[in-house]
Amino acid sequence: MIELENVAMEFGGRALFEDVSLSLADGSFHFLTGPSGAGKTTLLKLCSLELRASTGRVKLLSQDVTEMDRDRIAGLRRRIGIVHQDSRFVDHLSVGENIMLPLSVAGRSTKAAGDLDELLGWVGLKGVEDRRPPELSGGERQRVALARAIILSPEIVLADEPTGNVDWEMSLKLLDLLIELNRLGKTILCATHDMNLIRHAKSRASTRVLRIRDSAVSLAGAGL
Amino acid sequence: MSRLREFLRGDATATRIVPPSGFTASLTIASAAAMAFLAVFAIALQLATGELASRWESELSGTATVRIPAVGDGDEARAEAVMTALGQTPGVVSARRIGAEEQTVLLAPWFGEGVPLEKLKLPILIDVTETAEGPELTGLTQRLAAEAPGAVYDNHSRWRVPLAEAASRLRQIGGIALFLIAAVTVVTITLAATAALSANGQVIDVLRIVGARDGWIAAAFTRRFTLRAFWGALGGTAAAMIGVALIPGGVETGVLSGLGFDGLEWFLPLLVPFVAAGLAFVATWVAAARRLREDG
Repeated sequence: MIELENVAMEFGGRALFEDVSLSLADGSFHFLTGPSGAGKTTLLKLCSLELRASTGRVKLLSQDVTEMDRDRIAGLRRRIGIVHQDSRFVDHLSVGENIMLPLSVAGRSTKAAGDLDELLGWVGLKGVEDRRPPELSGGERQRVALARAIILSPEIVLADEPTGNVDWEMSLKLLDLLIELNRLGKTILCATHDMNLIRHAKSRASTRVLRIRDSAVSLAGAGL
Repeated sequence: MSRLREFLRGDATATRIVPPSGFTASLTIASAAAMAFLAVFAIALQLATGELASRWESELSGTATVRIPAVGDGDEARAEAVMTALGQTPGVVSARRIGAEEQTVLLAPWFGEGVPLEKLKLPILIDVTETAEGPELTGLTQRLAAEAPGAVYDNHSRWRVPLAEAASRLRQIGGIALFLIAAVTVVTITLAATAALSANGQVIDVLRIVGARDGWIAAAFTRRFTLRAFWGALGGTAAAMIGVALIPGGVETGVLSGLGFDGLEWFLPLLVPFVAAGLAFVATWVAAARRLREDG
């Protein structure tokens, strides 16, 4: 599902990580952790095709994306849901229009108002579809971002510090949503530095932890 | 055609992706309106100079004047001989001697009224109407020289050529003006589109995250700018057409008297908004494609 083979990433001549290889199976739930600046966001951006590896091979959904052209990358990105820490929206569109944006982009009907209601109900935000994103709180924005990320029913959901700007209670709500998505068969890769969140997740679902340290990625032990 | 319809209609959300207001919107609409306004006047100038050139050409071509210097004795006989020669020359439709009264009228602007012309040695003038091909000039000139030494056959080419050149230059200037207007429109809309793309970096990032292809993003911006340029140019065209219609007519001399549209010519400026929209489409598409490629 997500495969990295001998991937290296350099910025300005400095190696952020070298010779990284990993393979995340379909339907798995992985956390990605490590100190600030270790490259968690960069690794997620490699997986979300926002960045290309300096060397090595990246395969997503059984497709080698190393030399993939921009149009095919855009097409593949529709099969990946992405939630950033600072979720970005088109601020002059309503929440509903933002959530349905992937449908417009994919050329699908945006008339399914019932689906939108159901999705907003699932993330606990019924009734906000006509509001503008700047009117929402941090937690509400993250849940809207999650709703937007999954409206095309992607096979992979990538979340980069989704709980970074919200309180503990909201963090747990967001975690519950990710666990539920995983139970529905989605592959989840979630970057976080919040160990409490990871411990809580491990108590509720089958999750694994990848740690980035010293330019390398390794599977963390059970003592985490 | 269906792709054009699809482009113009667009997706309701896609159409709204590009913010509907902001300085780039005002800049595009205002510059398209101003350029369309100028373009309509440039078209009117083109048509007016074309008509002026045709009028000058038709008034001066096909006619000639024979001028026989008055020397005293034998003037009448030489004039008769020239009339006979002209009557026998192929390419000459008719020849008519200009009488004394007519000469008085012609000279009045220079000498004033009541000048005793009979006391002046005025040349004898013969007005000649030519066929479309005209007479063979070398042979005719030689014959006139034999019949009436000093007689000059003037087919007005020395007037016609500079006037035709002046009209041609005016038309060229009108053409250059139209070209410059189009170039400024393209540059302005390119700048506005580039500024809009820069100002909407977050929108583009969001679109990329949700899987938008570059073509889809470029189309969203292009649709907005094309429609803005069209509506702006339509306003400018309407204002200019009203302005042209209000130019006073009825004066038969000068370039300005011909500045306007007649009959079907009124449809010509209606093309301006479509041309402006076409230019905006190309300018925005190129700017968007370049910008999106640079962003990577």
